[in-house]
Amino acid sequence: MKRILTSTILMAVLALTACTNPGRFGAGGDGAGANAPLGAAGGIIPGSANDPSSTAYFQQAVGDRVLFPVDQATLTPEGRATLDGQAGWLTNNTDYTAVIEGHADEQGTREYNLALGARRANAAQEYLISKGVPSNRLRVVSYGKERPIEICSNEACYAKNRRAVTVLAGGLSS
Amino acid sequence: MTAFGRKDAFVMKFRFFALCLALFCASFGVAHAQQGPLRIEITEGVIEPLPFAVPSFQPESAEAGQMAANLAQVVAQDLIGTGLFREIPASAFISTVSDFNAPVQYADWKAINAQALVTGAVNVQGNSLTVKFRLYDVFSGAELGSGLQFTGTADGWRRMAHKVADAVYSRITGEGPYFDSRVVYVSETGPKDARAKRLAIMDYDGANVQYLTDSSAIVLAPRFSPSGDRVLYTSYESGFPRIYVLDIGSVQRRVLESADGTMSFAPRFSPSGQTVVFSLTQGGNTDIYTMDIASGASTRLTNTPAIETAPSYSPDGGRIVFESDRSGTQQLYVMSASGGEAQRISFGEGRYGTPVWSPRGDLVAFTKQNKGRFHIGVMRLDGSEERLLTASFLDEGPTWAPNGRVIMFARETQGEGGSSTLYSVDISGRNLRPVQTPQGGSDPSWSPLQK
Repeated sequence: MKRILTSTILMAVLALTACTNPGRFGAGGDGAGANAPLGAAGGIIPGSANDPSSTAYFQQAVGDRVLFPVDQATLTPEGRATLDGQAGWLTNNTDYTAVIEGHADEQGTREYNLALGARRANAAQEYLISKGVPSNRLRVVSYGKERPIEICSNEACYAKNRRAVTVLAGGLSS
Repeated sequence: MTAFGRKDAFVMKFRFFALCLALFCASFGVAHAQQGPLRIEITEGVIEPLPFAVPSFQPESAEAGQMAANLAQVVAQDLIGTGLFREIPASAFISTVSDFNAPVQYADWKAINAQALVTGAVNVQGNSLTVKFRLYDVFSGAELGSGLQFTGTADGWRRMAHKVADAVYSRITGEGPYFDSRVVYVSETGPKDARAKRLAIMDYDGANVQYLTDSSAIVLAPRFSPSGDRVLYTSYESGFPRIYVLDIGSVQRRVLESADGTMSFAPRFSPSGQTVVFSLTQGGNTDIYTMDIASGASTRLTNTPAIETAPSYSPDGGRIVFESDRSGTQQLYVMSASGGEAQRISFGEGRYGTPVWSPRGDLVAFTKQNKGRFHIGVMRLDGSEERLLTASFLDEGPTWAPNGRVIMFARETQGEGGSSTLYSVDISGRNLRPVQTPQGGSDPSWSPLQK
């Protein structure tokens, strides 16, 4: 009985994943993992934020983003701590690849911000590689100032927009 | 285009007077004088717009009636849009023009202070359109230049109007024409965190907008080829920024190949149209490269850990102006088109980006950030005579009119409801005005004058 229930939930989660296009630039939370292990029952709903191998867990519990000071691409101590968590998670969940998206706030020209976002994404990528994540599982892209998540024009929003976000992509074996 | 009427003797005479007037202006700084021939000398001083009259053109065929009125209206709008001319409304006219070839009643136009008078005649046969015009210097009581005739299509009637206005503008100001030109830009809709972007092309005045891409992928910074037939732009359609070249006639596009794991953006054509200069990012570092479009062979021009981007060729193709933060902040540099040592040219306060070499070769337009404000400015190639033309929360991305007198750029407004609008401004800093587009607009690129 319990097993049937689990399967049903899993199928529902998979179906949901199939029809949802996770908000790649959003604050995360709706992207359920496609590789939730079958055995992860016992109170843990596979793919949810309390399933440690889910995308949602990565986004919310590990933290999928690091923030940067104005015009900087140097990782902060908080950023390094977050990336330590990401490196550990990626080491344990080898089916996932990731694209690291670099972003800038709107204060700056379009071209410069593209290059600055690339510096940020690259800083995160290099740190993850230094912590043992194979480089062939990581790609980088910069969106410059094209995809802010906060739209006010003051530092409270800008601080959240100066970010590098590790976006998990489909597992290698899936 | 064909000329008719008296010309050579007049051209000689006109040049003589223009020279006299130039000397007169140098001495007294007067923009234009009623005593001499018709002339606007564009100086840094404040210019009183020159009053002109454009009576409705004369229809010379049954189908030409509405067209005649529309043409005169667009000619007037072009001239007014420069900020250098003021239209005298038809309600003030004393005499009407009922015959294109009849002598002009100068006294009637003098009485209402019309210093310039433009008359025209229109013939429409099916989709074939012929427009004739004459320009008169009312206070000298003489025709200015000779009459001209343009032939085109009725569908393309606005171009005929722009050609007439271009001739009038050039004869009176001595500047090159620019109304018969187009602008490719990024059309924008939606809020800042979900902005949809697509490439669009329009006449310089915002008419005849057509879309060149859909909004399924982010598109950035289109740039015209020197012949105006192709556009380079950056698109995320592969998931990563890549440069595409699009043929405007067929709307077919192809990607310029770049290695996996790299990003390429900020492309511009060389004056030959055969080479692209652009930025390529690899391992987080952005440098400037060129690529031969036909062969795909690329050459690296800069090699520093700094961000080098926004390259733009000199009109002779020999040099490239670009921005780099190698000094610690974004500044402008000039190097040979084959790379090598670069000279810094910007030394003022603040940061300088997106330099664009003027088509005349004498100036660089740029975006400047200083004390939390953005400016569009111009400077000479040695960095001297910096002049800021605008100031706002966010101005960026200047592009030059084909005659090097006017700059178009994008202005983004502040806050949650912020949106982007195209503006134009004279290089004197006068005549700042929005360009009407159906939706928001950014990243304009002005075409060369159409053939």
